Amino acid sequence: MTQDTRTLYDLAHARTGDKGNHSNISLIAYRADDYPLLVEHVTPERVARHFAHRRPSAVKRYLLPRLGAMNFVLEDVLDGGVNDSLDLDLHGKSLSFHLLAMLLAGPVAPSHPA
Amino acid sequence: MDVLNVGCGAGFSGDRLDAPGPVVKTLIARGGPAVMMFETLAERTLAFAQLARRSDPAKGYEALLERLLRPILADCLAHGIALVGNFGAANPPGAARAIAKLAAELGLPAPRIAVLEGDDLSNRMNDQTPLQRLIGTDFDARRFVSANVYQGAFEIAQALRAGAQIVVAGRVADSSLTLGPAIAHFGWSREDWNALAGGTMAGHLLECAAQVTGGYYADPGRKDVPGLDNVGFPIAEIAADGSCVISKADDTGGVVNTLTVKEQLLYEVHDPAAYMTPDVVADITDARVEEQGPGRVRLSGVRGHPRPPTLKAAAFFEGGWAGDAEISYAGPNAEARARLAMDVIRNRLGKQLTLRFDLIGVCSILGDDAGRLLAGTPPGRATDVRLRVATRHDDPELIDLLHREVTALWTGGPAGGGGVKVSKRQRLEMCNFMIPRELAPASFHLAGATGDKESS
Repeated sequence: MTQDTRTLYDLAHARTGDKGNHSNISLIAYRADDYPLLVEHVTPERVARHFAHRRPSAVKRYLLPRLGAMNFVLEDVLDGGVNDSLDLDLHGKSLSFHLLAMLLAGPVAPSHPA
Repeated sequence: MDVLNVGCGAGFSGDRLDAPGPVVKTLIARGGPAVMMFETLAERTLAFAQLARRSDPAKGYEALLERLLRPILADCLAHGIALVGNFGAANPPGAARAIAKLAAELGLPAPRIAVLEGDDLSNRMNDQTPLQRLIGTDFDARRFVSANVYQGAFEIAQALRAGAQIVVAGRVADSSLTLGPAIAHFGWSREDWNALAGGTMAGHLLECAAQVTGGYYADPGRKDVPGLDNVGFPIAEIAADGSCVISKADDTGGVVNTLTVKEQLLYEVHDPAAYMTPDVVADITDARVEEQGPGRVRLSGVRGHPRPPTLKAAAFFEGGWAGDAEISYAGPNAEARARLAMDVIRNRLGKQLTLRFDLIGVCSILGDDAGRLLAGTPPGRATDVRLRVATRHDDPELIDLLHREVTALWTGGPAGGGGVKVSKRQRLEMCNFMIPRELAPASFHLAGATGDKESS
């Protein structure tokens, strides 16, 4: 069996927004046919592991099948948010592309830059 | 079909000044009723505006206001295009005076300007329901800067119906800047939940300007955007049922497609079934996003639920100082030299200051303040690395100390370090709280007269 090496970037696009210390990341399938696959594999648990270094207190997933989209809300991942964080990226705007770097299936490596 | 065109002229304070012109031109060419909205008030922008007003009572409104409106004011007034913006920031009356002055300078008849009131709670320290009680233990009177409540759309609508050509707001929900004109145009009632929710999400799509027309979106080879350097700002054609079609200014770059609209629809949304605003709880669970011809995307199927009993408010407190300092290393063994520089700073300052380190070119913005991601990144062979050290402290002297220590890496650090830059800024801490509507009534006044008091 060959290993599935596809990343979310191959199937979907994404955008990050912030509110306080929480980040929301939309994940939107390019093709409606791929949406069930994304729903099956991109679970809140795997996303939480993928962002483990940000210590999310919770990861919630909302499904929007008509849009072929999911909305992930990662709580308390912004080091206090735009007023507190020492990150250059105060808003966490780059986090969508971290999500897209995740493998579709298979083990989630502890958060690590590519 | 009866349609209201709402064009977007700004998505944040400091947005491109050449963007509103093509939007206004397009609205005029299309004909029909039209409004321009300007969103220039991010969370912190208002608190900084409050500080600006403290040091000069004439200031505290959008700093670029005159430059933003100068190119379009005459055309808008001549064609009956109302202007609605939260560019009043901490000083809406000051903004109104500035616009009146600008109109006079341009030789235009004095426009009818409405000023919204009721968002600023900053002076309500000692009244019946002190802020202290609403905010609770986070309240710190010594550090208090300001508190503002997010007001809704109905006072904007009333001002327009009363004949305002320009509506100057301070803090309102961003989507109110679009919903207000839609309420005024279609006469929606306070219980037309679905229409109010549709108008709200139309506003949500507009309020970040280029973010729905190819900005914050372009990804070469994957999501290509033609003419991103001249990206056009969006226009929403709102229908009587609250559905809308998004397009953009003629003769501009950028793109409007189902992808850009879906991305922006979910931007800063948490529960898609409960997008909370002062006037309605919008539900996009069953919303549809469909292409209606090239560059035109329709949003429909947004549902509305009754508005919440409380309004969201934000208080700001002085939070000391934050600062950072950077130095770069390049060529053979650059990463090892940058890591050595990091160790030097950690050993010299780590006991006095909480430090965040970035190795730009190795691991930076995806990392965390505690350094977990960087600690888990094994040393590599990057050849162009910039060390960044950031900290915060109540005492600005300690920020200066960080600056001196990183600057001293020039002479006392690893080989070949260059390009030191340092910066320091005042910090603000934000505290969100909810306030019962009846404690924060909104109102407006027009041309010196006091308008209807509204407590919605």
